[in-house]
Order: sequence, then C-alpha cells, then structure tokens
Amino acid sequence: MEETLWPGVGLHVVSGKGGTGKTTIAAALAMALARDGRRTLLMEVEGRQGISQLFDVPPLPYEERKVAVAPGGGEVWALPVDPEEALLDYLEIFYNLRRAGSALRRMGAVDFATTIAPGLRDVLLTGKACEVVRRSEKNATDAYDAVVLDAPPTGRITRFLNVNNEVSGLAKVGPIRNHADLVMSVIASPRTAVHLVTLLEEMPVQETIDAVSELREADLPVGGIFVNMTRTPILTDDELERAVHGDLPADRIEAALRSVDFTDKAPAIAATLVREGDDHARRVALERRESERLADLDVPVLPLPYLSDGIDLASLYELAELLRAQGVR
Amino acid sequence: MEAPHLHIDDLIDDREVSIVVCTGAGGVGKTTTAAALALRAAERGRHVCVLTIDPARRLAQAMGLTELDNNPREVPGIEGGGSLHAMMLDMKRTFDEVVEAHADPVRAQQILSNPFYEALSSSFAGTQEYMAMEKLGQLHADTDAPWDLIIVDTPPSRSALDFLDAPARLGSFLDGRFIRILTAPARGAGRGLGRIAAAGFGIFTGVLSKILGAQVLADVGTFVAAIDTTFGGFRERADATFSLLQEPSTRFLVVATPESDALREASYFVERLQQERMPLGGLIVNRVQDVNRDLLSADTAIATAEKLALEKDDTEPADLTARLLALHASRLRTRERQHHLTERFTGAHPGVETAQVAALPEDVHDLAGLREVGELLARGQAV
Repeated sequence: MEETLWPGVGLHVVSGKGGTGKTTIAAALAMALARDGRRTLLMEVEGRQGISQLFDVPPLPYEERKVAVAPGGGEVWALPVDPEEALLDYLEIFYNLRRAGSALRRMGAVDFATTIAPGLRDVLLTGKACEVVRRSEKNATDAYDAVVLDAPPTGRITRFLNVNNEVSGLAKVGPIRNHADLVMSVIASPRTAVHLVTLLEEMPVQETIDAVSELREADLPVGGIFVNMTRTPILTDDELERAVHGDLPADRIEAALRSVDFTDKAPAIAATLVREGDDHARRVALERRESERLADLDVPVLPLPYLSDGIDLASLYELAELLRAQGVR
Repeated sequence: MEAPHLHIDDLIDDREVSIVVCTGAGGVGKTTTAAALALRAAERGRHVCVLTIDPARRLAQAMGLTELDNNPREVPGIEGGGSLHAMMLDMKRTFDEVVEAHADPVRAQQILSNPFYEALSSSFAGTQEYMAMEKLGQLHADTDAPWDLIIVDTPPSRSALDFLDAPARLGSFLDGRFIRILTAPARGAGRGLGRIAAAGFGIFTGVLSKILGAQVLADVGTFVAAIDTTFGGFRERADATFSLLQEPSTRFLVVATPESDALREASYFVERLQQERMPLGGLIVNRVQDVNRDLLSADTAIATAEKLALEKDDTEPADLTARLLALHASRLRTRERQHHLTERFTGAHPGVETAQVAALPEDVHDLAGLREVGELLARGQAV
C-alpha cells in the first residue's frame, strides 16, 4: 500500500493568510483525496461562494452537491455552510424544532442569537463539519471518505477551532456545552489535520509560524504547510549568486541574441533580460530564506508551483496531481 | 479602452481632502499602501495621521510603533515640512474609552465588568470595524490635533463591505427590538409586536435560554440597559461617522491585486460606494508583474529561445540567454492575464481612476522601504 502523509485523518482544515490561495488549495486537496472512486466533501464557511467560482458552477445552495469528478472516478462534493442554516439543523437534530426554527429566522432571531454569542457561530460551523465527519463512523450512506474545510484565515483559525474555549464563558453546562465537547472530540483528535497555506514571503510565513505555535498551544493537530506559488529557479546557483549582485554578463547575452539575428534591439533586450534575471534571483533568494524558517517548524512542507496562466478547473487537477505525488492520498 | 489614470500625488496634495480610506480584500497590501501614502503625503508637506488596524510587526516598527497604546505617536525621520503621526487600533481599549467617557464612574464599572461586554468588546465580529469608525470620528473631531489629513486602513474583514456595514449592524443590534424587549421585561415580553410575533418571541427566548443559558440573556439585558441610559443610541454614533464618509473631503481608495477574487471584491465595493454616494478616489492594483511589454512578444521570446537551443551552441551564454528568454515569456503571460482581469474591472467601471503598481520583490522594513512604495504608487501606470 502506498504511504500517505496523514493516515486516519477524516477532517482536513485548511487555513492561510488572505491572498495565499487558501480556497484553491482546499479544492485541490479535496480533489487529490477523491482518487480511485473515493468521495470527498469540500466545505466553506465564509459565505464567499469561493467554491462555485473555482469550479465554475452557479452559486451553491446550502446542500451537498457534486461539483467535480476526480481522475479514477472519485467525486468532489461541495457544501457552503451558513450559520443560520447550521443553527436550524442543530435545532432540528437536538430539539426537533425545525418549524420553530424557521419562524425564528423570519424574525431575524437567528442573527440575533449568533450576534450576542459570537462563539455560537463558530460552534455551529465547526459542528456541521463534525456532523459530516461522524457519518463515516456510523457507516451512513451519505458518508464521505474525507472532509475538507476551507476555514477562516490564519489570524482567526485557532479561535475558530477552539470552540471549547469559545463557549466556556457562555455556557458552563447544557446542550451547547455538550455540543462543543462533541465538536472538540473530533477537532482535537488524530482524525483532524489543520493545514496552513502560505507563500514564501515574509508576512505570510510569519503568520504561519505564529499560527503553528498557537495551534500547538491549544493542542490542535497541525497537519502540513502548503507552500503555494513557488518559483522554480531558472538559474543555476552560481548564476543566482551573480544575479543578486547584478553581475549577469549582459554583453555575452547580447552576443547570443545577435547570433540569432537580433541587431538593433539586442542591447535593449539583453538589458531587460538581465534586469529580470536579477529580479528573479532576488525572489528565489527570498523564497529560500523563508523556506528555511518553515523547515524549522518540523511540519511536512508541500511546495506547489506558481502557475502563470492563473487558476481554473484544469489547474486544480494539476495541483491535485502534484499533491498526490507528495503523499496526499 | 483606457481607464482614467489615478494620480496619487494630486489626491494627497489636495488640501480639500482630509480623510483617505484604504479598503479591499485581505492580503492585497492595504496596510502597507496606507502607510506609504501617509509617509508620502507627510513628506510632501501635509500633516498626516495614519490609523492602521493590524500591521505586520516590521511595518509597525518601520513607523516607530513599538507599543500599542491606542494614541497617535509622531513618527521620527520625516523629511520636508510636514509631519506624520501613526497609531494602531486597539479595539477593546477604544470601546472602554467610549464607555468611560460617557458614563459616570459607577455605571462605567458596571458596564466594563459585564461578561457580555467582555465578549462584545473583544470578539464580536463587527466590533473592530465599529471601533475603527469610532476612532476615525475621534481623530477627525480633535481640532487641537496637528493633522489635516487622516489615512485609515480597514480591518481584515471577511468582506471589504463589512467596514461600511458592521458599525450600523452593531448599532442597530444594540438599538434593536430584541434588545428592547430583553431590557424591558416589566413591559411584558412582546408588547407592541402583535400576538403572533409575541408568540414567536416566547419561543425565541425559550430556545435562546436553552442554547445559551438564561444567564447570557440576563447579562445582555443589564449591559444594554446600562449602556442605553448613559449615551444615546449606538446607531446615532455609527450614523454620524457614516455621514462623515459621505463628505466631499473624504476619498476611498480601493486596493486590489490583479487576481479575480481581489478584483471581484473591489467591484462590490466600488458599486456600493456609488450607491452610498461616497467619494471614490480610485483603484490601486498592487503587485502587478513588472515586465517590459513593448520589447519582445512572448511568442518571439519562446521562438528565439528554441532557436538558440537548436543552434547546438551549448556555450554558457546561449543557454543562459535561452532560459532568460523563457522567464521573460512567462512574465509576459502573467502580465497578460493580469491585464485581462484588470481590464474586465475597468470595462465594468469605466469612470474609475486606476493606477497599477509593480510588485516589490521584498517586504518593507523601514521608512526607506515605505518611501519606495510611495514612489511606486505615485508612478503607477494607467490601465
């Protein structure tokens, strides 16, 4: 059997600083995990309809829907979770109060409840994810092989997941407390992995390092670090060294250009190529520096390339394939 | 079609402009943009105060912000005749100060120690936005202060629109009917709501007590009663700052990167500003791939690289040149994609002044770095 990076994990939580491609990576992960006829569920909780845009389908309702077929016949399903709907689910499951719930919604009461108790919102959202994960224990027919949660950004992730803490000031006993305990029994267990998406730039790397230590402090299981949009060096180490010092041989590049019939424009092109080479070298140097800081964290690091043509459905398949090659199965 | 060009220097030099709000999706460089603009305005002679929300540590250090004391501090090292003050927002402290300023000491203490106030002031989803607005209102109202221009960064919200919506939401929440009923049990729950709604309200409080516990509701009740009698209407305060943002002396700068998510967010925001009749300064597209587009097309670069490889001239410079040509082609492709996305925005919003700003390879660590960003902003290209 092939080795997998996160054996036994049923809930993959994906966080990252804004602009790092968190939603893209969550989707690619759901795709990678849906290999060989498996079924995965991709959930989002921020009401942005990021999944529908990424998979190029109309805005999704609050319902589990198939959004893509993975290579080998697997399926990726999607569910945008909304705290209101999750509260109604909760009321139905625990109190059989669906109809009253709808009345509450019309009155704007659900909004009120999640407003006076901000922790409640997070418990409901994470609770929904855990409900889906727990279906597989019960061998339910609507169970998934893995659930991927596109979670809030790094700055808020620990608070979002640490629902126990969130409701502790709210309710010492009672149903919401029990619900929070149930949620924590999934989230703070080896069945869950919290992944962080970053770029090899100073600010996102710093946020990642901070998030890893916060998660560890809260006893939440850190999974891996997805390093998005890495640049493949096109220069040798020796050339990189010269380029950062502005030392690429412009005259010889110009001569090479002249050998393939450039004349008048050769000097300008050579100058541009050298400048872009310098820029590239500085970027690579920065990425290597930041890479080393991540290596110190003792967490699996999974690099993914920068795709200069942008992200579309085809590139999700490409990223998923690259993840599988790195042990995501 | 060409979009009108945003000239940032004209905007910051305009003495009629007294507030600039930088807004946009998370991770687009709002805070750095706000700080760089503030420094540039100061060095061009304005007296500036920049309100940042959550700056990266080194950016904060670059502006001499080592302690978070919720007051503007003068930034040393400004060249020219202007001045720069900078501060980081401490939302809890701002909230505490509002309470302390408007309540007598006994009542203030009651409010500050209420468990619900604790939750509201430190973790309510809209508190940061509300307090950013509140602080902006305070900085603006301070007539003794040296500044004549305030530049505001906006909180890293789920949506850029939250900055406009959250304060009113918090205000209307605190003035809302559920709160009124919770705080006036003596009047009888639901009086004035109508019988059906009153029945619904009974279910509502029942369910809430079940989920949250009766204590939480009681805490909310005492909190709102205490806060209500001491200073009139949260909503009014929010409305006052909101109308400040509609004044002709305010400019919104929408910040984005040339990616579809960030530009979509920018679109929502621009449309909303137009609806609210709020003055839009323009769109700043940060982190644009810097590449000379007039020299050599991507196709020619690739063809030339192949030709160099075919010449079997595997001497070092030919090989290096081929790789640099491939790099150039990939930068051009990135730039083309970015250009296409940006054009879609400008096509949909033809009147919006726009500036595209090249990506810096490294982060900002000091005033010199901020100055460089300011320079790039000023030299930003039209679309």
